[in-house]
Amino acid sequence: MKFIDEFRDADKAHALAARIAALCEPGRQYKLMEVCGGHTHTIYKHGLEDYLPEQVTLVHGPGCPVCVIPMGRVDDAMALASEPDVIMTSFGDMMRVPGSNGSFFDAKARGTDIRMVYSPLDSLKIARQNPDKRVVFMAIGFETTAPSTAMTVLRAAAEGLANFSVFCNHVTIIPAIKAILDSPDLRLDGFIGPGHVSTVIGCRPYEFIARDYAKPVVVAGFEPLDILQSIYLLMVQLSRKQATVENQYSRVVPWDGNTVALRAIGQTMELRPYFEWRGLGFISHSALKVRDEYARFDAETLFSVPGVRVADPKACQCGEVLKGVLKPWECKVFGTACTPETPIGTCMVSPEGACAAYYNYGRLTRRRVPEATTS
Amino acid sequence: MTAPQDSPATAGWVEEALREHDRQTGGFEHHGSPQPLPGTVREELVLERIDRARRARPRVKEDRITMSHGAGGKATQTLIEAIFLDTFRNPLLEPLEDAARLHVNGARVAMTTDSYVVKPLFFPGGDIGDLAVNGTVNDLSMAGAVPLYLSAGFILEEGFPVADLVRITASMRAAASRAGVQVVTGDTKVVEKGKADGCYINTAGIGLIEHDINLGVAQARPGDVIMVSGPIGDHGVTIMLARGELDIEADVSSDTAPLNGLVADLLAAAPSVRALRDATRGGVATILNEIAAAAGVGVTVTEADIPVRAEVRGASELLGIDPMYVACEGRLVAVVGPGDAGRALSALRAHPLGADAAVIGAVTTGPPGIVQLKTAFGGTRIVDLLVGDPLPRIC
Amino acid sequence: MCLGIPGEVIEVLPDQADLARVSVGGVRRVINIGLLADETVEPGDWVLIHVGFALSKIDEAEAAAALQFLEGIGQAYEDELAALAESRIE
Repeated sequence: MKFIDEFRDADKAHALAARIAALCEPGRQYKLMEVCGGHTHTIYKHGLEDYLPEQVTLVHGPGCPVCVIPMGRVDDAMALASEPDVIMTSFGDMMRVPGSNGSFFDAKARGTDIRMVYSPLDSLKIARQNPDKRVVFMAIGFETTAPSTAMTVLRAAAEGLANFSVFCNHVTIIPAIKAILDSPDLRLDGFIGPGHVSTVIGCRPYEFIARDYAKPVVVAGFEPLDILQSIYLLMVQLSRKQATVENQYSRVVPWDGNTVALRAIGQTMELRPYFEWRGLGFISHSALKVRDEYARFDAETLFSVPGVRVADPKACQCGEVLKGVLKPWECKVFGTACTPETPIGTCMVSPEGACAAYYNYGRLTRRRVPEATTS
Repeated sequence: MTAPQDSPATAGWVEEALREHDRQTGGFEHHGSPQPLPGTVREELVLERIDRARRARPRVKEDRITMSHGAGGKATQTLIEAIFLDTFRNPLLEPLEDAARLHVNGARVAMTTDSYVVKPLFFPGGDIGDLAVNGTVNDLSMAGAVPLYLSAGFILEEGFPVADLVRITASMRAAASRAGVQVVTGDTKVVEKGKADGCYINTAGIGLIEHDINLGVAQARPGDVIMVSGPIGDHGVTIMLARGELDIEADVSSDTAPLNGLVADLLAAAPSVRALRDATRGGVATILNEIAAAAGVGVTVTEADIPVRAEVRGASELLGIDPMYVACEGRLVAVVGPGDAGRALSALRAHPLGADAAVIGAVTTGPPGIVQLKTAFGGTRIVDLLVGDPLPRIC
Repeated sequence: MCLGIPGEVIEVLPDQADLARVSVGGVRRVINIGLLADETVEPGDWVLIHVGFALSKIDEAEAAAALQFLEGIGQAYEDELAALAESRIE
């Protein structure tokens, strides 16, 4: 497959591994954070860490928009789904996220009309086909997905649809990164920047990381060679004591982002003053809600949601895993009470969550390729 | 701007899950205890803890059945072991192979049953009738049995078009003829409109196990070669697309086929076949895990060697699903002793249904119960049992 | 971030300018290209697809450049290995 296979070529990986190993200062540990759930997934799916020397550790950040939705909001979504005549539509990722009383999956088993969709446009189609029902779309995702929700709302408006709304849980990446950077118990050397968020917001928003925190950022693609190359570029910057923003994913990411997408978001949505992130607490201006002008498409206006805050369970250490302070297996309940079948926290719920990825894919003794050793 | 300071509710089920786990395994470390052990040792301990937890007695924690219980992965396995195996327990049931092996008056008989609830009923490559015959023929074949007779029970929904029933039974007749079996008994029930999705079919089958055949995944041993009879994931992807909800068009069709001819050729050519499994619900990944668990061995497969059609790959990439977990209906996985592997592969390839057969990996002395995949990229990862349905993802 | 996959534009739908049929490894789906309204989209173009929308056009020149970099590094590595194999330090 074009634009995929070429970037999965193992031969080139060996060369990059050797280069990365060669750039490591003896005795120095390097911690690089990959923010994005999609990157976590690629790293584990392809066994990418086998190409990294001992000195380089990848830390998984809070870039999984499913993982960071607090239980209370899941409960709200479940309440919406249970309203009479409501058809709840959702991406597959959300189906197994547990609230206080089970997940969408469990609710479906009890007879609630919850349908999985691939695109918010599919949700619109369901609304058109079921005029006597009220269709709600569970909108999740970072800035990557927000434009699609925005375009769908605009489309609904253009068609004058009266039975469609979104339950908006879009979150924004920069405040989360900033929360990580300001976290006292964390030491990071650089960031592997989220590739697809950047197609929308561009690369400029990351400049503050280099400028104010002196950490290099490389915006990376999603194939294993993309990530390996991005790590290499970060190591080059670190070896030269540089801190700039680079775009490794230039075949897809425009430096200035996608203006049409940003306009669509701006037209239909606005920032909430604060939003609770599971494991990270309240972060200001970190999430989107539907603008008043489009209130007729805002599920939170059309319906009343319980809005009850549910505390993160005491035993759950997702917050520290999300911040990269703990590795999944360092969490006290990892693999025992908290497994992919019985996820307690968000890191285990989504396949992109650091804990689920590690449990399903990474639970092995690391077998490094020879080029990745510095000896 | 200050955040709300109301006192939050708690999720009772989490506390319950922790207490339950404590009860089952004698507890785990509590908060605040120091971690003096070096990183790698600590990681080892955790991996051991996971192993212990996985070996704990299966229990169904949910109070209602969910779609996960039917997906063929972990939840299905837990349901079968915790409820069915536990309740009916007897030595004939325990192997939980595709078919039971019975001794009846000196003859070795294989017996199996399967229910077919596929939606839509008609899809590219076949229909529910084809599945109903081929699926049961294949389960018998996997035991090394020659399939002989099938029963067919129908549950029909009020309002179901008779023309569709005629079409389905015609498919079944053709499939039975192709497989060399006969439908000798059956049953019909009709339920009210709204139930049965049009038509559900259950088929049971019996066959005769000839020669000294004794197949079973528990017999896999290090050094054995693992092969698959053709490209994987065709059926599952076809069904997913045929449901029409994803608006994806592709040239994929179900691989439903009777494998008894292929199996006969294979067993004749390679006496050291240890086990055969048809890769249905849960896909090839589930079978690999079953081999590893039943025999207490490691399994390693190589991604680049696993045959997948381009369209199945394309659809899987688009939807974010892994073909290894997607159902087939006309593919088998064979575990063969190393001495016979070449002959086995040739025998498969000589048959039309095995033309694209390939060696995908081997049984190893690696960590028992663990299936490892050498990725096309050159790294290694684990292929665990599926949790839930292989749902398309956006992230 | 999320799952975005490259696909080739087969046709822009004649009656609906913001929809296009794309092919991903032979699998076809109609997607919305409204987010690319500031650019022209033609059959043969490659786009990044996410939840039924095209987020960006794939710049073939940049892709080629990226691959060239990787080839270069790969080649330099091969050369080094070859040199290492040939050299004798006695």
